[in-house]
Amino acid sequence: MEGPNPTSSKEKEKPVYLAAALMMPHNLTEVLWRSFTTVASHPFRVCIVGSGPAGFYTAEKILKRHQGSQVDIIDRLPTPYGLVRSGVAPDHPETKNVINQFSRVAQSGRCSFLGNIALGSSISLVELRELYHVVVLAYGAESDRVLGIPGEDLKGIHSAREFVWWYNGHPDGRNLDPDLKSTDTAVILGQGNVALDVARILLRRTSELAATDIASHALTALEQSSIRKVYLVGRRGPVQAACTAKELREVLGIKDLYIHIKEADLKITPADEEEMKSSRIHKRIYELLSKAATAGPSQPSSGQRELHFVFFRQPDRFLESYDKKGYVSGVHLEKTALKGVGSGKQIAIGTGQFEDLSCGIALKSIGYKSVPVDGLPFDNQKGVVPNVKGRVLSDNSGDPTSIENGLYVCGWLKRGPTGIIGTNLYCAEETVASVSEDVEQGVLGPATNLPKPGREGLLQILEDRKVRVVPFSGWERIDKEEKRLGSLRNKPRDKMTTWEELLKAASE
Amino acid sequence: MSVCTVIAGACEGSLACSTCHVIVMDMEYYTKLEDPSDEENDMLDLAFGLTETSRLGCQIIARPELDGIRLAIPAATRNFAVDGYVPKPH
Repeated sequence: MEGPNPTSSKEKEKPVYLAAALMMPHNLTEVLWRSFTTVASHPFRVCIVGSGPAGFYTAEKILKRHQGSQVDIIDRLPTPYGLVRSGVAPDHPETKNVINQFSRVAQSGRCSFLGNIALGSSISLVELRELYHVVVLAYGAESDRVLGIPGEDLKGIHSAREFVWWYNGHPDGRNLDPDLKSTDTAVILGQGNVALDVARILLRRTSELAATDIASHALTALEQSSIRKVYLVGRRGPVQAACTAKELREVLGIKDLYIHIKEADLKITPADEEEMKSSRIHKRIYELLSKAATAGPSQPSSGQRELHFVFFRQPDRFLESYDKKGYVSGVHLEKTALKGVGSGKQIAIGTGQFEDLSCGIALKSIGYKSVPVDGLPFDNQKGVVPNVKGRVLSDNSGDPTSIENGLYVCGWLKRGPTGIIGTNLYCAEETVASVSEDVEQGVLGPATNLPKPGREGLLQILEDRKVRVVPFSGWERIDKEEKRLGSLRNKPRDKMTTWEELLKAASE
Repeated sequence: MSVCTVIAGACEGSLACSTCHVIVMDMEYYTKLEDPSDEENDMLDLAFGLTETSRLGCQIIARPELDGIRLAIPAATRNFAVDGYVPKPH
């Protein structure tokens, strides 16, 4: 790869300078930091709460930019990697390759993964801020947006997040026990990638799932499942569908699956054309859906599994079964029309026309939501911690000058629950740039130049509280055992799905 | 030299991410590359700072004809095109 050519035209120079400009701040920070460490001869101690992609990318960048730093990554689970382990679908193993990069970070000398530590109950945020120079909150979004419609608490209705935790063996999803045996129809509300994952896991041949790292209890339930039809319901049209091309292409390509898309739903308006012109993703999604609508037979063959894309329908209420009181029997849907709300965006408006869609199980895939903790400012409307470039603000007033020194956010807790694993790379870059600037300018807080107890202090407090900390070597024991159990069943791993099993394996 | 040894390659070259996104700076070299597959385009859809000469680094295999190729990585901030700059083919 050649370096920049200063005699080339101005047009060609600009992107090179943009690329070169990236290099500058890092070196500058390191030079300044080295002078800091000769004056203050104690390590820069950082605690990152959350060991998913946001946490690990942040750790990697802090370690790189601050040579004297000591970084601890804590997680409430005994296992690291967040949604890479518990969110990415079992039939997407290559998406999990990033774990290799993260485990190299965890194994580097100045970094420690410490599992089974819950922010709030094992240790408070106030305590962490006393123990470390910098605390970065990267604990994601472990709750759900709600529809707020009647019947939402009927049995047989689950959030997609819980369902994904269930088939991915998350210990908090172990007892979901979804009933897949008393119905042939599942309705999924939402058309994002999580909705597609759920549809695919419900419709895929279990013989294909058997050789993945899907949780064994889920595989058994799916093998006994009577579900044959899945409806993916979206409020808006195919141009606005939230899924991305790779995932859509995959679900449309499932062998022996009947795909149904109403041709009338594919009609596009000038506003739709504008949306597609300015967004390559939406244009390609629309093209994939159009092709799928006309390819293939117009009726399913006998016994064939079915996937229906339903557009322009929003849920008004859930319907209760007459025979099984307290159980869902369908969704009452309202037809929608699109209305422009400026800057190219269109929203769904109800038209007052309704129809019912029967089902025995309904999954809400309408978005994750973060959970606030004591002592942390929180924007309930957006579901994020108020921040500017990752620096936590003291309240929701929007005043960018009222900053909580030494406290930062990264990942979904900072940006909201959107994006892919790689989105966190840029998110971490921004947060760590803020941290480094604040270190340079000495604005971390009153104790910036004083030593902090860090890891030793944290471990002492946790020992006094009898918290069983799981270090990275504990995870390595879990990992080895899961792989061993997997080899007995032709799976890459057989996940341990209860807290007891995990903690036991971690300490053996 | 494989580009992925220099920059982030979260999925290790399996077309499951866009962290190795690079911008080919000279149109002459961009046209020497084979067209991206559907799978590569699916990942490019999600890349930050996508341009008309963007490719995934893991899909650019070094060969003698590409000697001298210049690649830029997108700015780390999310608003790459904050000044509206889009590299134009010449």
